[in-house]
Amino acid sequence: MILNEKSVAEIKKKMVRYPRRKSARLPAITVAYRQEGHLHGELYREISQIIEIPVIDIATAASFYTMFPKEPVGKFLIQVCHNISCALLGADSLIGYLEEKLGIKKGETTEDDMFTLISVECLGGCTAAPMMQINDEFYENLTHEKVDKILEDLRNKA
Amino acid sequence: MEKKILTKYVDDPNQINIDTYLSHGGYKALEKVLKEMKPPEVIEEVKKSGVRGRGGAGFPAGVKWGFIPKDNPKPRYLVCNGDESEPGTCKDRVLMESDPHSVVEGMAISSYAIGSHLAFIYNRGEFAYPARMMEKAVEEAYEKGYLGKNILGTGYDLDMIVHTGGGAYICGEESSQLNSIEGERGMSRMRPPFPAVAGLYACPTIVNNVETLAAVPFIINNGGDWYASMGTEKSNGTKLFSLSGHVKNPGNYELELGTPLSVLINDLGGGMLDGHKLKAIIPGGSSTPMLLPDQIDVKLDYESLVEAGSMLGSGAVIVIDERTCMVWVAERLIHFYRHESCGKCTPCRDGTGWLEQLISRIERGEGKPGDIEKIESLCGNIMGRTVCPLGDAAVMPIQSSIKLFRDEWEYHIQNKKCMVKSEFAFK
Ligand SMILES: Cc1cc2nc3c(=O)[nH]c(=O)nc-3n(C[C@H](O)[C@H](O)[C@H](O)COP(=O)(O)O)c2cc1C
Ligand code: SF4
Ligand code: FES
Repeated sequence: MILNEKSVAEIKKKMVRYPRRKSARLPAITVAYRQEGHLHGELYREISQIIEIPVIDIATAASFYTMFPKEPVGKFLIQVCHNISCALLGADSLIGYLEEKLGIKKGETTEDDMFTLISVECLGGCTAAPMMQINDEFYENLTHEKVDKILEDLRNKA
Repeated sequence: MEKKILTKYVDDPNQINIDTYLSHGGYKALEKVLKEMKPPEVIEEVKKSGVRGRGGAGFPAGVKWGFIPKDNPKPRYLVCNGDESEPGTCKDRVLMESDPHSVVEGMAISSYAIGSHLAFIYNRGEFAYPARMMEKAVEEAYEKGYLGKNILGTGYDLDMIVHTGGGAYICGEESSQLNSIEGERGMSRMRPPFPAVAGLYACPTIVNNVETLAAVPFIINNGGDWYASMGTEKSNGTKLFSLSGHVKNPGNYELELGTPLSVLINDLGGGMLDGHKLKAIIPGGSSTPMLLPDQIDVKLDYESLVEAGSMLGSGAVIVIDERTCMVWVAERLIHFYRHESCGKCTPCRDGTGWLEQLISRIERGEGKPGDIEKIESLCGNIMGRTVCPLGDAAVMPIQSSIKLFRDEWEYHIQNKKCMVKSEFAFK
């Protein structure tokens, strides 16, 4: 099993609350993603065994939801919002700055597998633009100094 | 200028705790409805308040609740829509993360009114923090007996589930949201049947926005008439506005409906950023048609914005200054809608793709004569011809950009470059 005991227990706990078992699909996918950082076939198989629905149903549902990477990503997944409110306040230049600082292009992962940089659609932080999400955290009202500090803190944390 | 009713306590960091919420009069409204009111009386009071859906469409909440069939023996469900993914919109998040119990209480009252014993809050997947706050509030409400079996000894049972999404804007659309809760891909459903008749698991279901439901406890405590006394004749109460873009003080502001847009942008928002000139305003989230600077005194209510050629939508006001190329804006927006189309119907799935290709090529300076007309014709073929309103949402800002700024589109094609640059540096 790739899913650890805690994840399995969490999925089972959620599953019993829904009137229909299949409703546990998205919650289970979310738990698996939080544990592993990206989704893949083996995880679908394990989820399908836990909630007892065909593996293909897990895979089709997972493929619809773009929040979950389907390929390995770095330890920190940097998702910069490039939508309108952020774009008006320099989201593109923020992406450029991150590319420069990390030495990678958008869509790539640093060689040490520490950071992956992507751009995403509006994250609901529009009044605090420009903003980005790294793993589960939002970072808002970004400035050069803030970005420098965030990256440094993450490197130290790793 | 601001009228803080729903947001009165959002700056108090302790408001997330049930004890603080209770000390501010929390769960009194729930107690009142459970002990003193019959469900139809609750619906009547909400009808009287005139509160309209804050998720975008503006449908009166009480009227919607009244659509639940009385003779259907199936279980009923309430779904609170906290998907909040329309670009520019970030107001529900404020309530969920800073006053989550007001959302739980509003949901509980609404559930009682429609006869539901299981309510869902659908939280967009990226909102990990708001979801944690909602989970905590639900847990505390169970512990204190405001959720669960035999609530406050009244015999009423209610369970509540915090359900998180997976990063799909379309799951904010109510029928897609129901599919998503059922565990399916979040694709829209044909209507009829409407969710009130056959929604979640084919059972009668009411879907309401977070802000709509958060207003309910106030309506119960102070009366529908009190609520209806705020705002304009047909747009009652207060509304949260997310102000973003080229303004000095972006943020979420709660205003009485009918407040002039200029008050939001200039008085609360502090006016334009760095003294640049105003060029356009998107008044109700990225899908609503744009307004021009001379419309800045328009009143922020459902009717006035329709009269001005746009919509109140979700209340996301995006301010755009003179440095901005309107083809560039259109490209950002169409990219979003193409990405978020669920793919169920051809006009939207293929149409948004073609629109993105055409608009991108114009933006890149590779546009050809006739492209604008092609875009207009494509828009016309999408508008009103799709399963859900996402198709309309995709074309409205494009149509309005071309209508209001046609000279810029033509300049792009003739000169193979932008009239203005849109190069925005972050600080
Ligand atoms: C593409 C699309 C996206 C939507 N996104 C949201 C959303 O994020 N939040 C929301 O409350 N309503 C959203 N809606 C509106 C819902 O379908 C529905 O009308 C609303 O949740 C009903 O609640 P209300 O009557 O309280 O506004 C969306 C609609 C469409 C067509
Ligand atoms: S309009 Fe777009 S989002 Fe809506 S059902 Fe059709 S393809 Fe899906
Ligand atoms: S536009 Fe960037 S968070 Fe909304």
